[in-house]
Amino acid sequence: MGYNKLQMKTTKKNTATFTPGDVKKIADLAKIPVTPQEEQKLADGFNATMEVVDQLFKIDVSNIEPTSQVTGLTNVFREDEVDMTRMFTQEQALSNAKQTHNGFFVVPQIIDQS
Amino acid sequence: MNTYEPIIGLEIHVELATKSKMFCGCKNDPFFASDPNIYTCPVCLGMPGGLPVPNKKAVEWCILLGLALNCRIAPESKFDRKNYFYPDLPKGYQITQYDQPFATLGKLGNIRIRRVHMEEDTGKLIHATVDGKRVSLIDFNRSGVPLVEIVTEPDFRTVEEVDSFLKKLQQIIRYLAISGADMEKGSMRLEPSISLRRVGDTKLPDYRVEIKNINSFRFVKKTLEAEIERQQNPKERYQATRRYDEKTGTTLLMRAKEEAEDYRYFPEPDIPPMRFEKKYVGKLKSTLPELPDAKKDRFIKTYNLNEQDSILLVETKVFADYFEECIKVTPKIGLVNEISAKKIANWLINKRPDIETVLPVQFIEEIRNAVTVVELSSEEITGAINSVIETKKQAVEDYRNGKEQALMFLLGQVIKELKGKGDKQIIIELLRKELKK
Amino acid sequence: MKLNTLTLAQAIEKLKKKEISLSELYSDIQLAMEKNKDLNVYLKVDEDAVKKAHKKENEMLAGVPIAVKDNFLTVGLPTTAASNVLKGFMPPYESTVTKKIQDAGGVVIGKTNMDAWAHGSSTETSDFGLTKNPRDPKRLPGGSSGGSAAAVAANMCIAAIGSETAGSIRQPAAWCGVVGLKPTYGRISRTGVVAMGSSLDCPGPMGKTVEDCALLLNVIAGKDIYDATTADIPVPDFTKNLKKGAKGMRIGICYMNYPGIVGTPMAEAVTRAGKIFESLGAVVDQVSLSMSVSDHFKSNTIIAPNYAIGVYTIVQRAEVSSNLARYDGIRYGNDRSFLGEEAKRRIMLGTFALSKGYADKYYLRAQQIRSLYIQNFRELFKQYDLLISLSSPGVALPIGASAESPMFGELQDLLLEPSSLAGLPGISVPCFRDPSAETDLYLGLNIMANHWQEEKMLQAAYAFEQNTEWNSWIKK
Repeated sequence: MGYNKLQMKTTKKNTATFTPGDVKKIADLAKIPVTPQEEQKLADGFNATMEVVDQLFKIDVSNIEPTSQVTGLTNVFREDEVDMTRMFTQEQALSNAKQTHNGFFVVPQIIDQS
Repeated sequence: MNTYEPIIGLEIHVELATKSKMFCGCKNDPFFASDPNIYTCPVCLGMPGGLPVPNKKAVEWCILLGLALNCRIAPESKFDRKNYFYPDLPKGYQITQYDQPFATLGKLGNIRIRRVHMEEDTGKLIHATVDGKRVSLIDFNRSGVPLVEIVTEPDFRTVEEVDSFLKKLQQIIRYLAISGADMEKGSMRLEPSISLRRVGDTKLPDYRVEIKNINSFRFVKKTLEAEIERQQNPKERYQATRRYDEKTGTTLLMRAKEEAEDYRYFPEPDIPPMRFEKKYVGKLKSTLPELPDAKKDRFIKTYNLNEQDSILLVETKVFADYFEECIKVTPKIGLVNEISAKKIANWLINKRPDIETVLPVQFIEEIRNAVTVVELSSEEITGAINSVIETKKQAVEDYRNGKEQALMFLLGQVIKELKGKGDKQIIIELLRKELKK
Repeated sequence: MKLNTLTLAQAIEKLKKKEISLSELYSDIQLAMEKNKDLNVYLKVDEDAVKKAHKKENEMLAGVPIAVKDNFLTVGLPTTAASNVLKGFMPPYESTVTKKIQDAGGVVIGKTNMDAWAHGSSTETSDFGLTKNPRDPKRLPGGSSGGSAAAVAANMCIAAIGSETAGSIRQPAAWCGVVGLKPTYGRISRTGVVAMGSSLDCPGPMGKTVEDCALLLNVIAGKDIYDATTADIPVPDFTKNLKKGAKGMRIGICYMNYPGIVGTPMAEAVTRAGKIFESLGAVVDQVSLSMSVSDHFKSNTIIAPNYAIGVYTIVQRAEVSSNLARYDGIRYGNDRSFLGEEAKRRIMLGTFALSKGYADKYYLRAQQIRSLYIQNFRELFKQYDLLISLSSPGVALPIGASAESPMFGELQDLLLEPSSLAGLPGISVPCFRDPSAETDLYLGLNIMANHWQEEKMLQAAYAFEQNTEWNSWIKK
């Protein structure tokens, strides 16, 4: 029985090829800290993934509606009522924070002020 | 001489005064909360596993505002995620509306409204120094509060236009009673975008300066004028975000934007889309109160008032309603001419009674008592009295048999005869005298 | 007989009849836990479980111990989703599923290991060490609900809860030789479950028998006002029609001609399963496989799953990248430097797929092709009551296998991805045990039904289970 032998065939590329520089840009956008050593490894991993994704470009998708919801539900709302059963006390809200001060969460100062 | 005109567009955020937040049942009261982080839950605190459920009333109020601004209401709409990182944004994304907002293509006066949509507010950051370190303190009471965003086309050409538009918008919002729309309390926030364009050009400029941090109505004009002045220097005409600085009365650079941020919008998978049938929108539309402009026009026509007085009367819905209540309770028996709508209007505008404590009936009494009496001769009065005694024999009989109320009836008849003139005290005395005969 | 080997149905019955006591039951469970410590199944065990159980003796679930995957928030027990980011996180609120279990008299005995953030099909990528397959400790239990599957297989609980985005319940159930049920998307509340792929995530029961899964499903299914994607569909008693059999059901066998499956012993196992259903009175035939997506409108043809892999990869990673943005270490947990390798990979790829200039190319396209798969199943279920396939392309793989490809997870779940994209329910039951192996290596049969038709698929699964020898707890 042993191993299963599924393999994805690679075809002419329609998809992006990632360089470590690309990886750095995405990592910044996603706020993921990566070391220069990790960048190459990640780029390789992305390229392997994108080979699989490449299959999708064999398909003509013109005139097809995208699906973001499979439930078929519409108009799901809640009434405008205060729900005391779910509101946290200040203590509960802060209970897992590494740093708090007088009831506030704390972060090092943000330079960009809105 | 370079003649440049300002091209101004507005982005306005209005905090809705619902009881609960936009996507959860937490109390919606950030401004008056006694402590930080007391109105949070798994959803608005961005806890793992928290899921958003939209507030029906907030959605309806947003649509109402869209209708009041003459917008087209989308038959199909949805929420989307706007992804970015900031400590006051607990989920790392804001639930908003991207390409299918509730309302589009509206108009207020000469200004086109591009869109009116629903989104959630962020928490609040306060800067402080704790243990010698400079930090930001975060309060999530405001996180998840319902916000309506209104975006106009860049149709403004003068600062006055902006000021009067904002006042009008604020008035409409208060008429709908969906928000205090108070800039000082943060329930109405303004971000104008300004550029300059040579007069005569028709294309829109290729840059805009966005201004943040205008937190009072009185700063609006100042900020815009200062910015227009600043942009007279061609070197300053580039894409940027600036913030209004109260101390200097001008704007300071926050960041020069070469590229817009990549928000990676995609449809919110946790919230099913929304469909609004024409019937439903029609029903909502029928709940719209009469809006200030329409009410003003009606007052002018119906009550024969002038433009200026009407504008003052419709300033707030409560004031206008009070005015019409007064008219309603003014007794009509021959006294209509005595207290006209015009008179009531004048009294209201000039006296400004405390409409919370003074009932319309009481206010009318005040007016009536102050009205000057037209003098009549005793012959004229006696003549009217005798005419009434002649014709209303039954009432006279009743009075002579002891029925006091018959006297009031006869008095009313005499006043009618005299067309409301004469001092009532004198008339009653003379009437009694005549009846004794 | 060791009481920990009882099924859920048996345990409840015996407890109610007072034939056994909770203390005895929990004691045997405890022994099993100690004996199998090396498998690394539990991340946290509730020391007070038996105390809590005694308080629930008279309730429906009679105080039985249920193992819960560690991505369900449980008050009083840390919840980590097997990631260092959430190490020590003590939830301030309870997930709806665990609340329902506890309200019905069940006890959460412990939180089971999983692939960190549910990103995987091996449980090897947990930040707290891998879990070993109780059937063969040199092999993996599958994932991401590997800990829950192993807990059931090793009788370290009476039943368990897992979650599935595409395969994460059924594949580990298959690899561990237990039963795992993925419900219709929207059948069970996701409130209090660490979100992975929001439009795909489904909590679900895992147990020793089909009946056990039906029992648990009764408890945890239903609309939740706190989850807008749960449907207001009435919850039937899923045990009521369990024994009605498969007679008259129209069953289609899927994916048998797919490269890598065709001509293998795995394909034979499914063909055999088809014959069993026939002997039970069902009408069974092969659904022809099409490599062309333009056949999605045919009711007798199933589109090959190889495009589903690309769709699933993009959609899931896009949603993951957004769902994991809240982990910044400010309000709870540790900062993003604590994220593991797989999580970083998935977040970044998802970010890329949604980014400016690429969202239309990848994300939009993926959602469009998703529509094609949905349409295909809609057509198929006009012709069939149920569709069957393998749950996993093969038996449990050896430890270390998941490192072979960055796409390991998606490849293992290949046969489950199409129906998961459509939100369809499915149940995996053991359908073959490899006689050539030294240890118990199972294959799982995946039985899929149309939306909200869990009853039908449970019925068929029960009939299959009762009429075959692959279930270790049902003695013939």
